[in-house]
Amino acid sequence: MVVVAYTTSKYRPESVSILFTDPSWLGNWPKWLDLPLMPFLNEGFDKLIKEYGMFFEGINNFLLGLYTDMKNFMVALPWPVLMISVIVLCYFVSGRNTGTTIMVAFCVFFLGFLSPRYWDKCIMTTCIVVIGMLLCLIIGIPVGIMMARNKKVRNAILPVLDLMQTIPSFCYLIPGILLFGLGAVPAIFAIFVYAVPPLIRLTDLGIRLVDTEVVEAAEAFGASKKQKLWGVQLPLALPNIMQGVNQCTMMSLAMVVIASMIGTRGIGDEVLLGLQQLNVGMATEAGIAIVLLAIIFDRITQSYGEKIQARTHNKKKLIL
Amino acid sequence: MSKIEIKNVYKIFGDQPSKVLPMVKDGATKEEILEKTGHTVGLDDVSLSIEEGETFVCMGLSGSGKSTLIRHINRLIDPTSGVVSVEGTNVMDLDQKQLIEFRRHKMSMVFQRFGLFPHKTVMENVGYGLEVQGQKPEERNKTAMEKIEAVGLNGFEHQYPNQLSGGMQQRVGLARALATNTDIMLMDEAFSALDPLIRSDMQKQLMDLQSELKKTIVFITHDLDESLRLGDHIGILNGGRLVQVGTPVDIIMNPADEYVTAFVKDVNRAKVIKAKIIMKSANESNGVDKKNLVKVQEDQFIEEFLPQVVCTNANCEVVDKQGNVKGYITNKELQKSLTKS
Repeated sequence: MVVVAYTTSKYRPESVSILFTDPSWLGNWPKWLDLPLMPFLNEGFDKLIKEYGMFFEGINNFLLGLYTDMKNFMVALPWPVLMISVIVLCYFVSGRNTGTTIMVAFCVFFLGFLSPRYWDKCIMTTCIVVIGMLLCLIIGIPVGIMMARNKKVRNAILPVLDLMQTIPSFCYLIPGILLFGLGAVPAIFAIFVYAVPPLIRLTDLGIRLVDTEVVEAAEAFGASKKQKLWGVQLPLALPNIMQGVNQCTMMSLAMVVIASMIGTRGIGDEVLLGLQQLNVGMATEAGIAIVLLAIIFDRITQSYGEKIQARTHNKKKLIL
Repeated sequence: MSKIEIKNVYKIFGDQPSKVLPMVKDGATKEEILEKTGHTVGLDDVSLSIEEGETFVCMGLSGSGKSTLIRHINRLIDPTSGVVSVEGTNVMDLDQKQLIEFRRHKMSMVFQRFGLFPHKTVMENVGYGLEVQGQKPEERNKTAMEKIEAVGLNGFEHQYPNQLSGGMQQRVGLARALATNTDIMLMDEAFSALDPLIRSDMQKQLMDLQSELKKTIVFITHDLDESLRLGDHIGILNGGRLVQVGTPVDIIMNPADEYVTAFVKDVNRAKVIKAKIIMKSANESNGVDKKNLVKVQEDQFIEEFLPQVVCTNANCEVVDKQGNVKGYITNKELQKSLTKS
């Protein structure tokens, strides 16, 4: 690598022998000792867009279509109808838990009550989060399952997940823009990159944490791999997987606010606007709306997970 | 032909078992192998055969390889080398599909910590073996109900496992193993997690079921009393090596080495040895005083008639179920059998 850096650098000395006769380059870091990663990546990226542009455009059109349809539908609905639908959804998903439902109802009402503008913006944000989440579920859960089943796959994927989680989110907003343009789709892409790792990790962990004796029992009675997975491992890993889904939702919401900086419309741009105008009240108001939205998402996914947990791991009631 | 045959089975746990195998074959001990290579020897040249309809108890302390051994029979663990054959088929020759069929129809298993599915009801748990075979719910629920009744859990079929006590959970495990009606039952320390009273209850239940069903049972335990009570034959494992195989009386009367001797030292012999084992047969009983006799069934344990003998100072006349005289026991035989060597 050092040789490549040397030969490609325009700052290199006229000949190698100078390095031995003039040791001044040992003082400050020499300009020629520079790995040409940036031009290399840029070239690669340009090539990617040129050659696979159609592919990304296909994805873009599909996701954008989905987003627009969903958004238009929800915006077109009269607000009381939408509000009641969310409340009804929460009521059944939480296993008819009135406390949770009342809390969610309150939050939904307050979104519009804070500022009438917020209602439609929250719908946009919700649509992006929901689509990003679906993408995470469709890809994350199977990947998690594969990791749990095969140690080699796990060893290969774990560093990728580490990378996805540690690279600052702004760094993949840029390729998102280059691949998908401005707007909702790069936000969905960023959500996927940012929010899928915890879901994958918790799916993998959940499946591996299923009691080995129980898995052995399934094997000993002749369960096929498929029967073992669907009948035993997934149901018993579900509380953990739901925890992953919950984490995924929260992180999606966090990401969608950051994504407002690349022109994604939604409740996030209210915060950005407040920031740009140094309007404390505006930013705080929008911030509260985001918190309310987060509470709604969190309560709904969390209570669904709790309901499943109560069903599969019912509390110990000793009879004898 | 024996029902289950295990020939020269070695199992080494670690990254490169095949490299370590020659060392083990050359007779290096478990400790040496662990120190030199970091590999753990699970089984070291184990060979045994288990006959149809018998209860074979495999006994050893923890780490002796007994749980490893039982998992070789249904190939939950693959041997490093050696042959495991069941009804003449080598289990290592089965491909994935055949192995699944084999596990479904040939054997069932009971686990130490029960291995019940917490998200399924008792009935669904018991019917699981049939479910994976693809039986319809009505059919398998009928069979499951029969087995639930057989283990005395009627009324609990719609409960979840963690609503039951340990003893009841293990009965569910037992019923689940019975439901598939396989010839072979593998029981991995099935009663070890239960408290003593419930354990002896379960042992009795198992013996009652066995006298009806005549299955081939491979039973793993670390409890000598349990193995003497249940086993037709007992194999004793120590550090992955099989040190002795024999009937309970064999093991007690002629322990193969110091390890087994130490094991059987504290056994209450009167509880294990039956009258027919120590009696002098009828035709060589010339010198026996036959005036003062106590009648004893041939299958009675010594402890059952000992008090009577001591009180009346009589000799015993051993009879079979039809009442035919089979032999006699005098004080001399009693003394010999009860004295610890």
